[in-house]
Amino acid sequence: MKTPLLSFTATLALLATAAQAQEVRVYNWSDYIDESLLEKFESETGIDLIYDVFDSNEVLETKMLAGSSGYDVVVPTGSFLQRQIMAGAFQKLDKSKLPNLENMWDVIEERTAQYDPDNEYSVNYMWGTTGIGVNVNKVKEVLGEDAPIDSLDLIFDPANMEKLAACGVYFLDAPVEVIPAVLKYIGEDPDSKDPEVIAKTEPVLMAVRPYISKFHSSEYINALANGDICVAFGWSGDVLQARDRAAEADNGVEVAYNAPKEGALMWFDQMAIPVDAPNPDAAHTFLNFIMDPENMAAASNYVYYANGNEASQEFLNEDVIEDTAIYPDAETLENLYTFTPYDQRLNRDVTRLWTKVKSGA
Amino acid sequence: MRRFVLIAVPYLWLLALFLVPFLIVLKISLSDVALARPPYMPQLDLTQGLDGLLTFFSDLDFENFVFLSTDSLYWQAYLSSLQIAVVSTLLTLCVGYPIAYGMARAPREWRPTLLMLVILPFWTSFLIRVYSWMGILSTEGVLNQVLLFLGVIDTPLQIMNTKTAVYIGIVYTYLPFMILPIYSALEKLDESLLEAAEDLGCSRMEAFWLITWPLSRNGIIAGCFLVFIPAIGEFVIPSLLGGSDTLMIGKVLWEEFFSNRDWPVASAVAVILLLILIIPIVLFQRNEQKQREAEG
Repeated sequence: MKTPLLSFTATLALLATAAQAQEVRVYNWSDYIDESLLEKFESETGIDLIYDVFDSNEVLETKMLAGSSGYDVVVPTGSFLQRQIMAGAFQKLDKSKLPNLENMWDVIEERTAQYDPDNEYSVNYMWGTTGIGVNVNKVKEVLGEDAPIDSLDLIFDPANMEKLAACGVYFLDAPVEVIPAVLKYIGEDPDSKDPEVIAKTEPVLMAVRPYISKFHSSEYINALANGDICVAFGWSGDVLQARDRAAEADNGVEVAYNAPKEGALMWFDQMAIPVDAPNPDAAHTFLNFIMDPENMAAASNYVYYANGNEASQEFLNEDVIEDTAIYPDAETLENLYTFTPYDQRLNRDVTRLWTKVKSGA
Repeated sequence: MRRFVLIAVPYLWLLALFLVPFLIVLKISLSDVALARPPYMPQLDLTQGLDGLLTFFSDLDFENFVFLSTDSLYWQAYLSSLQIAVVSTLLTLCVGYPIAYGMARAPREWRPTLLMLVILPFWTSFLIRVYSWMGILSTEGVLNQVLLFLGVIDTPLQIMNTKTAVYIGIVYTYLPFMILPIYSALEKLDESLLEAAEDLGCSRMEAFWLITWPLSRNGIIAGCFLVFIPAIGEFVIPSLLGGSDTLMIGKVLWEEFFSNRDWPVASAVAVILLLILIIPIVLFQRNEQKQREAEG
C-alpha cells in the first residue's frame, strides 16, 4: 500500500508549492530555445517554469485533443494549430496582457492569419522552411562537384538517391512536410487537397524509398553532425544546428542547408494557450516575456530559426539575420509556399500512403 | 468471510486496472472519429437520462473492425509482429539458457552475485539502455569502429535501422526475464539424478537431454511467455532501432492514434491485439497452475 501514501504526499507537496509560487508549464519542440532564457524568466517573474519538449506535432495534437494536458503554453505548427482551434483546444489570447505584441512582424502575421484568423489564438514563435541538409564533402564525393544540393532532384531522383543510399539519407517522418515537396517536384500545387493529385506522389516516393535509411523528425540533427548520414530532408534551423555542432566538434564534417530552388514549404510554429490551461495568467506572462525583442533574439541566435518579431531583428547576430537560409531574401521569400490541413478522410489516405512509403506494406 | 475478503482484493484489482480500462477501449473502438475533444463520437451524455443512454448505445457499431479487415496493412503488421516475437523469443532462449545453466552450476556462494548481475541493468532506465545500443550499432558507432580498426571488415556493417537491430534490442532487453525462471528451475534440480544417469552409462550430453532439459521445461515455458508476450506489442525498440520497413503492430497503433487522430480505429487495433495475446496468456496460466499442482 505504498503508492497511495506516496501519491498523497506528492499531492501535498504540489499543493504546498502551488500556495507558495505560481507555476507555468510550457511544452515546446526539442532543441528549440536558449535554455538560459528559462532561468531568466524565473528570476524576472518569480514564476516557476516547467519546460517539457516534444518532436512531433502529432504527439502534441493527441495531448491537446485528449484534454487536461496540464500545459499552459504549447507550440503547434500552423496547419495543426488551425485544426486544433476548430476542435476547441485553445483559448483566445487576452491581448491586454500582451503589450509586447506591438513588436510582432506584420509580414509574418499576415501569413499566420491564414491558420488563425486575426491571430486571435496564437503568436508566432519561430518560422522556417523545410529543405535539404547535406554533408557537403560526402555528397560531392558521391555525385561529383556539381551535385544538385539546392534542388529537389537530389532527394526525389532515384538515380541520385541510389548513389546517396550508401552514405545515408534521412527524411522527416511527417507526411505533411514531404508530400507538398513531392507535389512541387512534379509540378502540382503543393497545397492540393485533391486525392487523385496526392496519389501521384506515391510512385515518386516508392521509387526512392529503398534508398532512405530512416524516417525520423529529430535524430537527423545528430546524425548529420556526426557524419552518420550525408543527406537529410529536414527543417532549416535543425540542419543549421547540425552545421554548428559539427563545426564545434571540429570533426571535418561540413553541413549546409538549402531551401529547394523549386520552392520550399514555409511553416510557422505558434505559441498558444490550451483552453484548460491551469494557469492562463502565467501563460500570458510567458508569451509576453518571449515577445520581448532581446529575449526573442536570444532564442533565434541560439536555434538558428527566424522569428516573427520585427523589433528583435536589431539584436540578432549577423550570422543569423544575414544568412539567407534563415532570413530568406525577397526573391526566395516569393518562392516559398504554405500548407493548410487535410480533412479527416484525406488525412487517413495520406497517413496510409505514408505507411506504405515507410514500410512497403 | 476472511476468505472472501482475501479473494476480493485481487479480483477488485483486476476489475479496476484491467476490465474497466478494457471496456473503455472497447467502447471507443465502437465509436466514430470526430474533430472534437476527445476526438470521437458519441459521448455519453448522462444529463439526458435513459434517452441519452439509448442514443449512445445505438450510435456504436463494428465499422472499425470491418475496416481493419479490408486493409492488408493490419494483417501484415500482426503477422510481422508475431514473427519478430517468435524469432526473438527463440534467440533469447538460446542466449539465456546457457547463462542460466552456468549460474545454476556456479559455486553456491557466487550465485547471489550472479543473480545480482542479471538484475543490475534494470537500475538504468530502459530507454537509456536502448539508446546506448544506437551508439553501439550505428554506422559510425563503437562496434563498426572496433571491427574496422581490427581489420575484420572493410566497410561499416549496416545493422542500425534493420530488423537485426530490433532482434538485438529485444534479446538484450528481455534476457533477464528468460534467465530468471530457467535459473530457478535449474537450481532446484537434484544433481544426484545426473550422477545416477552417468553411472547407468549415459554420456553427459545424453544426461542433459534426458534429465536437465525436461526438468527445466517449466522454466523455459515461463521464460518464453515472459519474453513473447511483451515483444509482440513492443513499440520503443522497433521505433528506435528498427528501420522504416520494420512493420510492427505497436507502430501501426501509434500511427492510428497520433498521425490519423483516429482513436476508434486505434482502439480496434488494440482490442484485436489483446485477443491475440489472450491465447498465450491462458496457456501460460495453465502451465503455471500445472506446475503448482505438481509441486503441491
